[in-house]
Amino acid sequence: MTYITKPKLHHPSLVANKLGFTRRDYEGSVSTLCAGCGHDSISAALIQACFELDIEPHRVAKLSGIGCSSKTPDYLLGNSHGFNSVHGRMPSVLTGANLANRDLIYFGISGDGDSASIGLGQFAHCIRRGVDMVYICENNGVYGLTKGQFSATADKGSKSKTAVNSDSPIDLVGLALILGASFVARSFSGDKKQLVPLLKAAITHKGAAFIDVVSPCVQFNNNPQSTKSYDFVREHNDAVNRLDFITPRAQIHVDYEPGTVETVVQHDGSVLKLAKLHTDYNPHDRGQAMGWLQQRHEAGEVVTGLLYIDAEPEDLHAHLNTVDAPLNRLDEKDLCPGSVALAEVNESYR
Amino acid sequence: MQEFFGLAYFAEIPAVIFDIQRGGPSTGMPTRTQQSDILLCAYASHGDTKHVLLFPKGPHEAFQFSAQSFDLAERLQTPVFVMLDLDIGMNDWLCEPLTWDDQHTYDRGKIMTAEALEASTTFGRYLDVDGDAIPFRTLPGTHPSKGAYFTRGTSRDRYAKYSEEGAVYVDNMQRLLRKFETAKTLVPGPVRRAAQKPTSWGAIYYGSSTPAMDEALAALEAQDLHLDTLRVRAFPFSEEVSAFIHEHEQVFLVEQNRDAQLKTLLVNECGIDPARFISVLHYDGTPITARFITGAIAERMTLATRKQAAE
Repeated sequence: MTYITKPKLHHPSLVANKLGFTRRDYEGSVSTLCAGCGHDSISAALIQACFELDIEPHRVAKLSGIGCSSKTPDYLLGNSHGFNSVHGRMPSVLTGANLANRDLIYFGISGDGDSASIGLGQFAHCIRRGVDMVYICENNGVYGLTKGQFSATADKGSKSKTAVNSDSPIDLVGLALILGASFVARSFSGDKKQLVPLLKAAITHKGAAFIDVVSPCVQFNNNPQSTKSYDFVREHNDAVNRLDFITPRAQIHVDYEPGTVETVVQHDGSVLKLAKLHTDYNPHDRGQAMGWLQQRHEAGEVVTGLLYIDAEPEDLHAHLNTVDAPLNRLDEKDLCPGSVALAEVNESYR
Repeated sequence: MQEFFGLAYFAEIPAVIFDIQRGGPSTGMPTRTQQSDILLCAYASHGDTKHVLLFPKGPHEAFQFSAQSFDLAERLQTPVFVMLDLDIGMNDWLCEPLTWDDQHTYDRGKIMTAEALEASTTFGRYLDVDGDAIPFRTLPGTHPSKGAYFTRGTSRDRYAKYSEEGAVYVDNMQRLLRKFETAKTLVPGPVRRAAQKPTSWGAIYYGSSTPAMDEALAALEAQDLHLDTLRVRAFPFSEEVSAFIHEHEQVFLVEQNRDAQLKTLLVNECGIDPARFISVLHYDGTPITARFITGAIAERMTLATRKQAAE
């Protein structure tokens, strides 16, 4: 495989954000994925979201497992630390990193093979613990690196070049809802207009945010019989809402029809403006979200948008009652009770 | 779990693992004691790995080694296994009071601060700067433009840049071996005890076998059977360990497992002729006793003495 160094040069008139960074400062290495891969669009959306949110790149930590999706953290945010961990076990590495330093923004980038099979247990526990992270599943329904075997999210009846999938699919969005995720969304890699605001909302969300992004595999799963192809998702996309993300600093102006806009204020003051495409859909009702998902799935549709949000989420640090300072900065003065305390311990055993 | 040990070894992530060794699998025997994870931990993971192991003799030393294990893990940037067993981990022991030096400071190892990054011209996550084969590392979020890297287990060069080149892989593997040599100088050394009378017999033991061994040695001395002993306290083995073995014609190796796992490790890592060792193995799940050790060693030594006399 080739490794090409990306040129640092950029056009002098590129727009800079509040920190003085241009979009290019959020880029990473050159992608080695196939041309047209949905995953590259997701990387581009993440770059866009971080640029627009004025995030300092070095304040982000990127964690991934193994697979095509898990290679992508290398292709964005070159000034962030990143770690390509064990297949399906990004969640426990991310949980550990988050516990060690709560001050960073955590991106957990995974795929359907990584999260829905070998890593299903890990996925479940990091969601139910409320780890403050953006967990992105780049979902293409196949194992691309090993030549296109069906993954556990492939729909029953999906066809590959050589086989028909006869197993029931695992819907990670449904699972995330059951497991207590405080932010659950689904999007499509080909819909940047929907994906970028969702990512921005997820990044500012102080809890476990899960986004399932249907991301067609151009090599192995973009055929007419696939339910994770560009054409299928475009034709069967049932968006429950359209999201506008407004930072606490920005002026809020409404340009939607009254009665179709729902406003959600997050803990950091950011405002999510949801243009409701289904007026009776309530993104604060976990039960309704689950019912809706199931209903639309049976109708052969892919539900996208912000499906559930808890505007007052709790995270793992709150549950564990940890101190405000990152744990990796504590020293012996903070942590070691010393020989006096040990003498008491010794005494208690006599 | 094995994959994680390997990943931590290759990506050079400090970690401490407490292995309370026991019987098993299934339920039942896991409530009994053994020293049967020595090889599992020494070479944990796929790929070529070697891990640091510590063998405390009881609760007092377990406490000391626990604190030391964190310093070692961060200094060496590798997993460190504290090899306890169920006997130490769950049974009541009579031991010396636990001690703590209030002057002790945590060793965080080679970490580049923002100031150090600012002053340096090059940072390479896997670069051996000062010859001990331990690279410098940075913590995420330290500096806006220096010291960040994207890493993985293998397939990257000294600067953590992606590479599948064979020579790059070999270069890294050789450095990891050199780092293990550095580890030899940092881990707790063995404890040697000379017999009351000069002898060509030696005995090696470790971990929770120690109290039974102490008692057995006294009983053997009472029968005029004398052995020099060495209590191994860590892997990698320091030079003193192989020197001790070479100084004795026959060395008893007392272990609480079926397959003489520490013997395998010694034979493999120190290049020693297996015929030098006489294994004394106890592995029924109960803690090893002085009676068992005394019986096994006395029988063998007496037999050899009779044989010599006959010749």
